[in-house]
Amino acid sequence: MITPIVLLTSIGFVAAVILGIAGRLFYVDEDPRIEAVANLLPGANCGGCGQAGCNATAEAIVQRRLEVNVCVVGGTETAEAIGTLLGYDVTGSEPKLACSTCEGGYRAARKYHYSGLQDCRAALQLYHGFIRCENGCLGLGSCFKACKFSAIRMDNVSGLPVFDPDRCVGCGSCIEACPKGIISLVGEKTKILHWNQYTQCLSPCRQRCPAQINIPKYLAHARRGEYGAALMTIKDNNPLPVATGRVCPELCATECRRTINDDPLAINPVKRFVSDWERSSGKRIPVSVAADTGYKIAVVGGGPSGLSAAYYLRRLGHQVEIFEKMPKLGGMPRYGIPDYRLSDEQLDWDIEGILELGITAHTNVTLGKDFTIQFLRNNGFDAVYLAIGAWFGRMIPLEGKELTGIYSGIDYLRRFHTDEEIIQGKRFVVIGAGNVAMDCARSALRAGASSVLLIFRFSRDLMEANAHEITDAENEGVIMRCLVSPVRFIGENGRLTGIEVQEVTLRHSPTGGLPEVIPVEGSNEIVDCDVVIQAVGQAADLNDIIAADGLAKTRYSTIDADEDTLQTSLPGVFAGGDCYSGPRLMVEAIAAGRYAARSIHYYVTTGAIPPIEYRQREMMAPAMIDSLVNVIPTPTSAIKPVIPVEDRMGTFREVEGTITEQQCQQEANRCLNCGIYCYDQDDLPRDQTRIARSCPNEPHIVEKEEMALPN
Amino acid sequence: MDLFYLAISATFVNNILLAQYLGNCPFLGVSKRIETAAGMAAAIIFVTILSAVFTWAVLVYMLRPYGLEFLQTLTFILIIASLVQFVEIILKKKSKVLYDALGVYLALITTNCAVLGVVLLVARKELAFIEMLVFSSTSAVGYALALLLFAGHRERLQISAIPRSMQGTAIALVTAGIMSLAFIGFRGMAN
Ligand code: SF4
Ligand code: SF4
Repeated sequence: MITPIVLLTSIGFVAAVILGIAGRLFYVDEDPRIEAVANLLPGANCGGCGQAGCNATAEAIVQRRLEVNVCVVGGTETAEAIGTLLGYDVTGSEPKLACSTCEGGYRAARKYHYSGLQDCRAALQLYHGFIRCENGCLGLGSCFKACKFSAIRMDNVSGLPVFDPDRCVGCGSCIEACPKGIISLVGEKTKILHWNQYTQCLSPCRQRCPAQINIPKYLAHARRGEYGAALMTIKDNNPLPVATGRVCPELCATECRRTINDDPLAINPVKRFVSDWERSSGKRIPVSVAADTGYKIAVVGGGPSGLSAAYYLRRLGHQVEIFEKMPKLGGMPRYGIPDYRLSDEQLDWDIEGILELGITAHTNVTLGKDFTIQFLRNNGFDAVYLAIGAWFGRMIPLEGKELTGIYSGIDYLRRFHTDEEIIQGKRFVVIGAGNVAMDCARSALRAGASSVLLIFRFSRDLMEANAHEITDAENEGVIMRCLVSPVRFIGENGRLTGIEVQEVTLRHSPTGGLPEVIPVEGSNEIVDCDVVIQAVGQAADLNDIIAADGLAKTRYSTIDADEDTLQTSLPGVFAGGDCYSGPRLMVEAIAAGRYAARSIHYYVTTGAIPPIEYRQREMMAPAMIDSLVNVIPTPTSAIKPVIPVEDRMGTFREVEGTITEQQCQQEANRCLNCGIYCYDQDDLPRDQTRIARSCPNEPHIVEKEEMALPN
Repeated sequence: MDLFYLAISATFVNNILLAQYLGNCPFLGVSKRIETAAGMAAAIIFVTILSAVFTWAVLVYMLRPYGLEFLQTLTFILIIASLVQFVEIILKKKSKVLYDALGVYLALITTNCAVLGVVLLVARKELAFIEMLVFSSTSAVGYALALLLFAGHRERLQISAIPRSMQGTAIALVTAGIMSLAFIGFRGMAN
């Protein structure tokens, strides 16, 4: 009896000693919370969460790469237990739900029958998918078969998957089963971090919008009268809808598929309507903010780009502080856009919405003078976003440039919004033909100028300003002379009295780009004037920052940053907006802000910024459809009301009004709900309305519902 | 005994999994994807060979000389459990990815009847050292082979049209049964 006991005990003892030694030798310094979390997980190792096993999941949860509710087996109890252990609120963790962006139109009726093949992946490999749509849903339901939680059903009418948000646990099996990449897991964070890809089914308008707003989706909401949902869809990509609703040049509309038949959709007026709808209600729709991550980010510059970056970083759960050199936030839209296009109160509504999320703003502090990037680092900021804009107005170095009475466009406009004295004069000459030039010319007329002459050295079709800005300026009395170039400034006693100009002709440039300008001999003339505004370009003023922090710049005097990450030469310092790209549109600055937020989020949380595969940069050529079937031409009725010219002078009253609710709905109803290849072909009879339903994130146009019309 | 026949017998004819039905839980649990199945197979091969060596030494030099063979099962479980712990400690340090991928299945090997089955068979057949090495390694390879083949089938099954009531474990068990029949076909090639 003694021997077996001695033997077993000694084997056990030897094993214990060896394990003890091994434990010391191969000791892994591991966060004890990882083990604790692993113990709370059910240990099923099902891989449903997409991780390599429960241990890997536990590690990811502790490092906050995954939400506490990621486990598909554990359910709410497990999530709450882990949340309690790690000390954060489970309610703050965002649920992720599967949804498809493919809205399919009426494909089911034309569904191709693959003989014997009942799986999307096999069909794709053999026949390259659906007979008409090479990008959209094939409708054979592999996602439906892959879902272990019965959260998908195939809609008989549309042939599209319909997702049940109550059953979906966000496991992602459907995404793996879909060969077309049209299903995605969407939570608030996903939406913020997502960037359009060539593999997605994107409508042409959505491809063209620099901010990548899901336009068909918000139009679908708007036509059903769900203005709040429409606005939230816009805010997923653009936190300044009131401002952009007024000043955006509407690039999306230039690609609207409706143009094949009639007028492009008035996309931006619908945006303006829904954002004004919220503003006039006085009550803001709450926006979700993720649980605090503990990272601190400094945003330098409170313009559109800085504000957007701050907004999205805050929504991702980071602490954000904005540093702005001007007395108020808003950047160029505040100091460069006249009140008759965008007033301070309107811009303030957008900005307050951003700050209310819990963002601190410091104004009247200039980077390079009052503080440095190093200072921010020393004060615990984990990353810095530079969005300092392009505040330096370029001047043409002509003879007489030192005379009093010559200003840059931005210098002229800024004074309307600060305490500085407004530049007065009677006869104005404006050089340039961009939006800033139009703003200067139109502001000068309102401020009491008796004549405003705008000169431009290229032909009219090369004017950069929005077409309707040019016509408005002309209607208000701005005289425009194209193919005229300035030669020198003339003055007396140090004051400007006139400008010598010269006519030019253009010659096609062999290298492409802008044509060559050839002066016409003997065409010189002198134009009397007392103020010249030069709206010929802007640049960023980087000297102080470079001296203080050694930031690299490009030869165009913009900040040098990586195109794919926006990271500058200093690690952890990012740059975007006008100071990186040169002066661009407001909506492009907003897009840059969200893009920077993506990079910064990955940088602080994981240390590496993953590249975006198949990032959509250009319009997708195959999306070009050159004729529409079954679509009755219906011209737009969303013409914005404008005040008469007589009422404009002497005041900065808003010129264009917002469309009415009825116009908004009528216009949204004209949307064809385009996919990359498809569009909703059946024009709606008047007694039917489209119903968007089923997915919490993306409306699926699954059926048309009869609506009894009053007789 | 001819080593070649021993190897063929252990791998195919008396396949530990499909002919002797040992180690079924990981067979069903980790066979959904070839990648995980491969990780598990590697771990099983490693642990089986290591356990066989240690248990053989303990059996030959301790239990048999003192007539304590009745303690076999108890001792072997103790040894296998310690070995798995040992492997786990080292894997965690040296190959975190593999460790994470194996997750809870690594611990499951501790109670894996295939491993215990192999070492008990070694004891019952009273194999010499070289024979023990060949037998344990080929048995483990047989296990790995069955696991990988099965994982391949299951990947295919996932994209096949299967009646809803038969999906998942049901069709997996039917497939396992048919595979087992196929392996029985090797009967007679060696003992
Ligand atoms: S719908 Fe997709 S993500 Fe949701 S539970 Fe089903 S397979 Fe998982
Ligand atoms: S019709 Fe609608 S979805 Fe199609 S391009 Fe125009 S706005 Fe976009």
